[in-house]
Parts: sequence; structure tokens; C-alpha cells
Amino acid sequence: MSEARTSLNRREFFGYLSTAWIMFAAASGGLLSLTLRFFYPNVNFEPEMEFIAGTPKDYENGVDERWKNGYGVWMIKQDGRLAALSNICTHLGCIPNWLPAELKFKCPCHGSGYYASGVNFEGPAPRPLERFHIFLNAEGKIVVDKTKIFRQEKGEWENPLAYVEV
Amino acid sequence: MSEKSLAKKVSETQVWKSIFRHGPPDNARNRAAVVAGNVFLHLHPIKLKKSGVQLGYTWCMGGLTFFIFLALTITGVLLMFYYRPTAEYAFNDIIAFREHVPLGIMREMHRWGAHAMVITVWLHMFRVFMTGSYKPPREFNWGVGVVLLILTLLLSFTGYLLPWDQLAIWAITVGSNMAKATPFAGHGGPGAALARIGDFVMVSDKNDVRFQLLGGRFVGEPALLRFYILHCVFIPLVVGVLIAVHFWRVRKDGGISAPL
Repeated sequence: MSEARTSLNRREFFGYLSTAWIMFAAASGGLLSLTLRFFYPNVNFEPEMEFIAGTPKDYENGVDERWKNGYGVWMIKQDGRLAALSNICTHLGCIPNWLPAELKFKCPCHGSGYYASGVNFEGPAPRPLERFHIFLNAEGKIVVDKTKIFRQEKGEWENPLAYVEV
Repeated sequence: MSEKSLAKKVSETQVWKSIFRHGPPDNARNRAAVVAGNVFLHLHPIKLKKSGVQLGYTWCMGGLTFFIFLALTITGVLLMFYYRPTAEYAFNDIIAFREHVPLGIMREMHRWGAHAMVITVWLHMFRVFMTGSYKPPREFNWGVGVVLLILTLLLSFTGYLLPWDQLAIWAITVGSNMAKATPFAGHGGPGAALARIGDFVMVSDKNDVRFQLLGGRFVGEPALLRFYILHCVFIPLVVGVLIAVHFWRVRKDGGISAPL
């Protein structure tokens, strides 16, 4: 056994083996996470979450449906306050209809009904419709920000961020 | 030339012998070779217990389910030649199946078959449960079967969106809202509210599992395409592999369980 050893000993072999497995696991993990990331596109073509909704004088008392299609928002004006109401039913996520003759929102999926304020009063809906952050920008235009949600049952509708005085 | 000698002549050609590597199945050894030497048949046990083919015992529900799966695969592939999974065409293409193509019930066959498969899967599961066929050594195959049941239901769910009518869109809206309630991974689920750093919300409607499923914040055209791919390619491939495992394990676990 005096000649120079050219093969690996056991310790070196396991050292290389561990390195190889760790690199393989890291590469597999990286590939897997990239594959998962692939399902989240860099761009989507849905309407913006924040949009300019005209000026306060555009709205009369009651429910305004001009932003329902696309942005999914009803503008409701009552008692000198303008608020942005979500059109997603709190039961299972369908879109209710505004019935002007009955002054209520009615969901076609399972029959939930809401007053013009967004408070539920019939059907399976467990809580009122949500409202969005609404404010006036420097030019006096109304901005609706759908990323911030205000829930009546938490007392958040009285938050000044949830309405504009008109 | 008599018929018998013709058959004999064909069975002695090189072509025949290259396909069938065994003699005529007129004895037990060759009959076993028929099954063992065939890539499809070899998933199946070489020998069956007499009780295994009693209709009153198995109802043939597993076999019927597989038969319907094959029928759905064939009709589904045929439908794919005409159906376009885009918001512009999907609904009209479904309507057009009635009159714009020959055999106008192709889509109905696919739809009825889908309903039938869900029913036969449940009945098969019921039979397996009532005959105690989930007990050792078959408990792993019961697990494979449960996964196949879930995949069958997911095939129904993803196929539900493809007609792209009001029922489809709102049913998938309601159904996919369940993904919103996934613990930690869905923005309405338990634990999601904890995953935030100050004002920065880590799990929101634009990066949770529901977004991954729908390709958007609501059921739109990306969701139609995703459900189409899941329905026509991804889930059927997984189901095909698991069916092979399922059948193979029936054989390896001792065949269909016998009456006690």
C-alpha cells in the first residue's frame, strides 16, 4: 500500500456525495419554485384597483351604476356622504343586481338582498356588502381605491376614509 | 385451402410471431402468457377467482368507471377539434356542436358520461367499502382510489366552466371562492391575516392560491384557459397514471377481494 493513492477514501466519497445531493436538492427546489412562479403572470389585463370616478357633482342621491361593469363598484350617495360599495355578494361571491323599483340589491345566485346602503336584510348573506376607500385628490376628483376595504359589522363605515362629504 | 390451415399459416408468419410471443391460448400456460406478455393486460391479474367476476358482488363498477373514462377521453378529444377556449368563441362553439358538426350529440355524450362517471365512482367506492376491500393488504389502493375520486370531481369542476355561460361562470366563481379560504395560502383563510409586515399584506387577492387557479382576481378569460388545460391535459394525465397504479395494485394485493 505504499504507492500513491488515487481513489477516494470513504470520508471524501461521502463529502462529495453530500455536496452533490445538496446541489441537486437546491436545483430541484429552485426549479419547482420557478414553476410555481410561472403561474403568476407579470401582467394581467383586469381593470385597475384604483380609479378616478369623476367629481362629486356627477352624482345624485341614491345608487349610481356607472362603475359597476369593469370596476365592480356602486357609488351610493345618501345623507351628504358619497361611498363606494363593492358589488361582490358576501354570501358566495356572485354579483347582485340593483332593483330601482324595490330600492334593493338582489343577488341572482341564492337570493341575498341588501338595502341601498349595502346592509343585508334577506337571504343567506352573512354580512353587509363591503365598501372601498374613497377620497378626493388634489384636483378635486373622486378616487376609489379597492385595495382598502371597510366593513360595516366592524364599524368601519364611519371611518372618514370610507366616504367623502358632498 | 381450408380455413384452419389459413389460420395456421398466418400464425406461423414472422409478422404474427413477432407480435405474439406465445402459442395459441389453448392451455393454461399460454393463457397466462397472453396476459403477462401484453403491456396493457399485464396490469390485470393473470388468474381471477370465480367470485371476482360475479356481477352481484362487484357490480363491475370499477370496470364501468374505467369504460366511461375511456369514452370521455375519446369524445373529449373529438370535442377539442372544434372547441376554442376563449371568451369570444367558447360559448358559441358549444352551441355549434348541436348543428355545425355531424353527430350533434357528441357534446351531450361527453356531459352525460361525466355525470355517469361520478355516479359509478361513488358506487364503486360504496361496493369496496361494503365488501371490506379497503382492509389490509389493500389499504394503499383505497388511498389511490380516494385520490382518483377527488380527481374525478375536479375533472367535473374544471369541465363545468368550459361552456362559458352564466351558470358556468357563477358556479366557478362560487366554487373557486373556496380556495380563498385556504389556510395561509388564501387571502380570506385562517392565518392569512397574520402574514403581514406592517401595512404590507403578504397574502392578497393577487398572489394567493385562488389567483393561481384563476390566473386573475375573478373568473375571466385566463381562468377559462387554465381550466381548459387542467381539464383536457393535466388532470387526465394524472388520472391515467393513477388508474394504472390502481389496477396494478389490485393484482399485486391479491386480486379482487373474495366474499368471506
